[in-house]
Amino acid sequence: MIEIRGLRKRYGSLDVLQGIDAEITTGHVTGIVGPNAAGKTTLIKSILGLTRSDEGSIKVDSVRVNGDETYRRKIGYMPQIARFPSNLTGAELLAMLRELRPDVKDIDDELVRTFGLGLELTKKLNDLSGGTKQKINAVAAFLFRPSLLILDEPTAGLDPRSARILKDKILDERRSGRTFIITSHVMSELEELADNVIFISEGRVRFSGSIDQIKRLTRQVNLERAVAELMDQEVAA
Amino acid sequence: MIREVAKPQVRNVLRSRWLLCYVAFFVLATEGLLRFTGEDARTLLSLANVVLFVVPLMTIVYGTIYLYNSREFVELLLAQPLKRRTVFAGLYLGLAVPLTAAFVAGVSIPFLLHGIDPEVRTAFATMLAGGSALTLVFTGIAFCVALRFEDRLTGLGAALAVWLVLALVYDGTLLFIVAMFSDHALEKSLLAASFANPIDLVRVALLLQFDISALMGYTGAVFSRFFSGSAGLAAISAALAFWVGAPLAVGLMAFNRKDL
Repeated sequence: MIEIRGLRKRYGSLDVLQGIDAEITTGHVTGIVGPNAAGKTTLIKSILGLTRSDEGSIKVDSVRVNGDETYRRKIGYMPQIARFPSNLTGAELLAMLRELRPDVKDIDDELVRTFGLGLELTKKLNDLSGGTKQKINAVAAFLFRPSLLILDEPTAGLDPRSARILKDKILDERRSGRTFIITSHVMSELEELADNVIFISEGRVRFSGSIDQIKRLTRQVNLERAVAELMDQEVAA
Repeated sequence: MIREVAKPQVRNVLRSRWLLCYVAFFVLATEGLLRFTGEDARTLLSLANVVLFVVPLMTIVYGTIYLYNSREFVELLLAQPLKRRTVFAGLYLGLAVPLTAAFVAGVSIPFLLHGIDPEVRTAFATMLAGGSALTLVFTGIAFCVALRFEDRLTGLGAALAVWLVLALVYDGTLLFIVAMFSDHALEKSLLAASFANPIDLVRVALLLQFDISALMGYTGAVFSRFFSGSAGLAAISAALAFWVGAPLAVGLMAFNRKDL
C-alpha cells in the first residue's frame, strides 16, 4: 500500500504537483493517466525518491519515504528512456545490478528467454536498437522479484509481439500478488492491465477509482473515451 | 557498494575511444620529446608544461560530458537500494580512476621502454603524482559544473571557462598585477595566490624538483624561495588534498538535492 498525502513539487515557477492525495493498493495494477506534462513522471519519481518533494508525504507500506534507501529493495523500476553506459554489454549491466543486491538469490530472468535476448546481451549496449534496450530495461525491473513494480510507459518502442510478452508478464506477476504502478499513453493497454486508474491533470488528482467507475462516471464504453471525456471537462471548466 | 557502482563504469570508460586517444596523446608526446631532446630532464620539463595544460582540460571537458551522458544511468542507480553518497562516490571513482590510469600509462610507457635516468626519478614521480592530483581535482570540478547547470551546452561552456581561468587567465592576471605594482613587496600575497589555484600548486611542486624557477611563471619563482624540500611538498600536498575534497563536498551537496 502506498499512501500519498498533500504532495507538492515546484520546478522554478512551474507548479508540477499541486497537492496530490492518492492511495495505491497492494496486489493491484494502478494506471496513472493524464495529459502531457500533468506530472505523471514526477509523481513516479517522487515515490522512488529520485525527486525530492517540497511538501507532503509518501508512505510505502507504512514507511515514510525520507531519504533512507532500504525501502527501494522491494521496488523494481522501468524508466521511460533506456540509456545505459555505451561500452558495456547488457550482461555486464545485469551483473552489476545483481552485485548491488548480493542478498537476493532468487533471480527472475524469465524475460531474457521470452524476449529471446540471449545473444543481444553479449553486444555493446550502444549497438542495440531502442526497442532492445527497452527490453533490457524491463528485464532489470523484474530481476529481483520486487513486490512493487513501477513502469513508466513500458511498451513504448516495443514491437507488438514484445509488447504482448511484457503485458503477459505483468498479468502473470499481478496474479502472484505484486503491485504495479503503470503510466501509459495507450489507454487500451491500461484497460487490459489495470484494475484502478488515477487521473492527474495540472498537478492534481481529478479521479481515482476502478476502471468500471470511471466508465460509469463518464458514461463511456471504454477507458480511452472515458479519459478523453474527463479531459474535455477539464478544458471546459 | 561503492566498488560495485564504480567497477562497471571503469570498464565502460576504459573501452571508450576518447580515453584511448588520451593515452595515445601522452605516449606520442613523451616519446617525441624523448627523441627530440635526447635527455630525460629536459623531456620532463617540457612534458610538465604539456601535462599542466592538457590534463585539466581533458578531465574537466570529458568529466562534464560524462556526467550529462550518464543521466539515465544515474537514475537507474538511484532506483536501487543505494544511498546517494554511495552512488556519487561510485560515479566519481568510476571516472577518476580510469582517467588517472590513462595519464600514468601514457607518460610512463615511453620512459619505461627507454629506461629512465636515475637522477630524474623523483622529478618523474612528482609529475605522475601531480598529473594524477590534477585529474582528481578536475574530475570533482567537472561534476560540480555538470550538477550546477541543467543545460549541457551551458555546462560545457562553464567547464571551459573554469579551465581557461585556472590554466591561463589566473597566472596572466598575477603577472599583470606584479608588473603594475613592481615597487611593492607582493611575495606573500603571491604565495597565497598560488594556493588558490590547483594548477599553480602542481606547477610549483614540479618546479621545486627542477630548480629552474624563472622558466615557469612568476608565482613559481616566489614559491621556490619560500619553500625548499619536504616542507614545501607537504604544504602543497595538503593544499591539493583540499582542492580534491572541496569540489567533492560541494558536488555531493548538489547531488543530494538533485531532482532526477
